[in-house]
Amino acid sequence: MNQDIYVVIEHLRGQAADISYIMLGGARALAQKTGGEVVAVLLGHNVQSLVNNMSADKVLVVDHPALAEFTSDAYQKTLAGLIAEKEPRAVLFASSSIGADLSGVLSARLNLPLISSCQRFSADGRPISQICGGKIMVESDLPEVTTLLTMIPGGYKPEEGQSGKTPEIIKMDAPALDDLRVTLKQYIEAEAGDVDISKEPILVSVGRGIQTQDNLELAEELAKALGGVVSASRPVVDQGWMPTSRLVGKSGKTVKPKVYLTLGISGAPEHAEAIMGSEMIIAINTDPAAPIFDIARYGAVIDMFDLFEVLIAKVKETQGIR
Amino acid sequence: MNIVALFKLVPDLVEELEIDGNGTALNMDFLRLIINEFDDHAIEQAILLKERGGAQVSILGPDIEGVEDVLYTAASKGADRLIKLTGDFQGKANNHAMARAVTSALKELQPDLILTGVQANTDLDGSLGPLLAEYLDMPYVGYVSGVKVADGKVITRKEYPGGLVAEMEIKLPAVLGIQAAEQPPRYIAVAKVRQAMKTATIEVRTLAESDLSGGSTIRRMFKPEAGTRAEMIEGSAEEVTTRLLDIFKEIGVL
Ligand SMILES: Cc1cc2nc3c(=O)[nH]c(=O)nc-3n(C[C@H](O)[C@H](O)[C@H](O)COP(=O)(O)OP(=O)(O)OC[C@H]3O[C@@H](n4cnc5c(N)ncnc54)[C@H](O)[C@@H]3O)c2cc1C
Ligand SMILES: Nc1ncnc2c1ncn2[C@@H]1O[C@H](COP(=O)(O)O)[C@@H](O)[C@H]1O
Repeated sequence: MNQDIYVVIEHLRGQAADISYIMLGGARALAQKTGGEVVAVLLGHNVQSLVNNMSADKVLVVDHPALAEFTSDAYQKTLAGLIAEKEPRAVLFASSSIGADLSGVLSARLNLPLISSCQRFSADGRPISQICGGKIMVESDLPEVTTLLTMIPGGYKPEEGQSGKTPEIIKMDAPALDDLRVTLKQYIEAEAGDVDISKEPILVSVGRGIQTQDNLELAEELAKALGGVVSASRPVVDQGWMPTSRLVGKSGKTVKPKVYLTLGISGAPEHAEAIMGSEMIIAINTDPAAPIFDIARYGAVIDMFDLFEVLIAKVKETQGIR
Repeated sequence: MNIVALFKLVPDLVEELEIDGNGTALNMDFLRLIINEFDDHAIEQAILLKERGGAQVSILGPDIEGVEDVLYTAASKGADRLIKLTGDFQGKANNHAMARAVTSALKELQPDLILTGVQANTDLDGSLGPLLAEYLDMPYVGYVSGVKVADGKVITRKEYPGGLVAEMEIKLPAVLGIQAAEQPPRYIAVAKVRQAMKTATIEVRTLAESDLSGGSTIRRMFKPEAGTRAEMIEGSAEEVTTRLLDIFKEIGVL
């Protein structure tokens, strides 16, 4: 085993994801502890230009038509060979649709430990993970063997993984990629909604605390009075109460409004990661320990159903709405 | 078609979480456990597949408090076999241990399709699905929110950020990590669950001794530092409203 920190670059349809840069930032912090290099690992087809602004000491590129789009089987085979051959100190994957399909399978296949949901590394280089919907942090030992980790945003900024110069590129061969059990049939584009929440300056965002579809009317009324629109967390969308186009979070949209007012949203990491660019977050929640209060500028521990009537009336009054 | 859905019980995050005296685990004494919500979606998806194309659905979960409730509820939804896994789950077990231990019980069921929740809120060593898939030598696809069965294969909707979906075709047998069922998990009245308790039987499988390797060794567990906490607005609905209006005015929203 060497002391290098590998980062499996996450990209989709020709674009590197923010988390790739965040991971490179994290890898740099860890490499300073281990004394190794930061090595980006890029699988794909004709994607080499993606690495131009990446802050890495080296990039290993595996170029193969079967790697053009992500499929779990082909990427697992390629990475299994690469990790076994190189034996780095650690390999960082995104905690994402791609990284989660890779990390667990590779941990079992290569018999290497896996630590998930790592947000940052301690001063001693120990991974700190976020669990229980953001309510608990866990510091783990970094085992003395090649360790696989999945990373979540929040600990490092994308800028920490960017650089003005192109890193050294090393081409690697792909293994035989036939007999694949998983194939991509097609992409289905996101349904366009009536509004684009990523562009709205005022969002009234509701979560599971809204309880019923009928109650959404209250949020609609408040949003309308404020001149904004309603967005939602995943449970509200999974219930079919709001369309996917209104979903804020890891699987939905990233938003950066002037004000993001949450009602009955706990602030789970998958929601929180997509609202950090908001100019102001205001949180209404009955649970004083809700993680949303750790990222909001203002908060109130109050039942939203006690608040709605008064708040809607006062906003309307101020706006001159009857 | 044999479909197996696996579930875990996890802390209900609405309740207060306590860290135990050692500072390395949750205090289990007062913890309220509920089904991992994504596992609930996996069970729902299994039942939907059965209703649509016919299948035998088996539900498996570790024998800890609350397990029978989940199993009988699944029976009321239409699950055919209910299996309780006995072994060492309290406290220490991680997903690597669980995946290894459950492998033989799963092989015995000869599943065509294994469904499990995409993740659980206590996962610290990856999620169960991909580990299981590898130990069983099956392909894995996660972040799934739709499943269609077509001779010897499944076609899944795999979610990417922003609402983009990849349709993946997967050879069976396979393991899927379910993010959301095609319909929200159906509501089952308590009376129906009581009825299932009288008619359905729960089978028991004893799992091999747990081998924790591959998981993380916890050094310290703590609540997020409160350094950047929100400025809290105290008081009645009227008082909160007054302050919110001031804030809205300050930032030019009103
Ligand atoms: C792979 C993956 C991707 C995901 N992607 C997303 C995503 O894109 N977006 C997303 O949002 N989630 C996503 N999730 C789900 C995420 O993990 C959480 O489950 C979800 O964000 C929780 O939504 P919530 O806050 O509305 O519900 P909960 O966590 O259940 O919180 C409800 C909150 O409402 C409060 N409350 C209850 N009643 C009231 C009341 N009357 N007044 C005020 N407050 C009240 C409660 O105290 C609680 O804090 C994803 C999960 C996974 C595994
Ligand atoms: N949801 C489904 N959609 C399409 N075909 C299915 C579905 N479920 C089962 N089948 C197929 O129907 C046939 C009989 O299934 P079964 O009766 O469950 O053994 C098998 O070939 C299955 O692959």
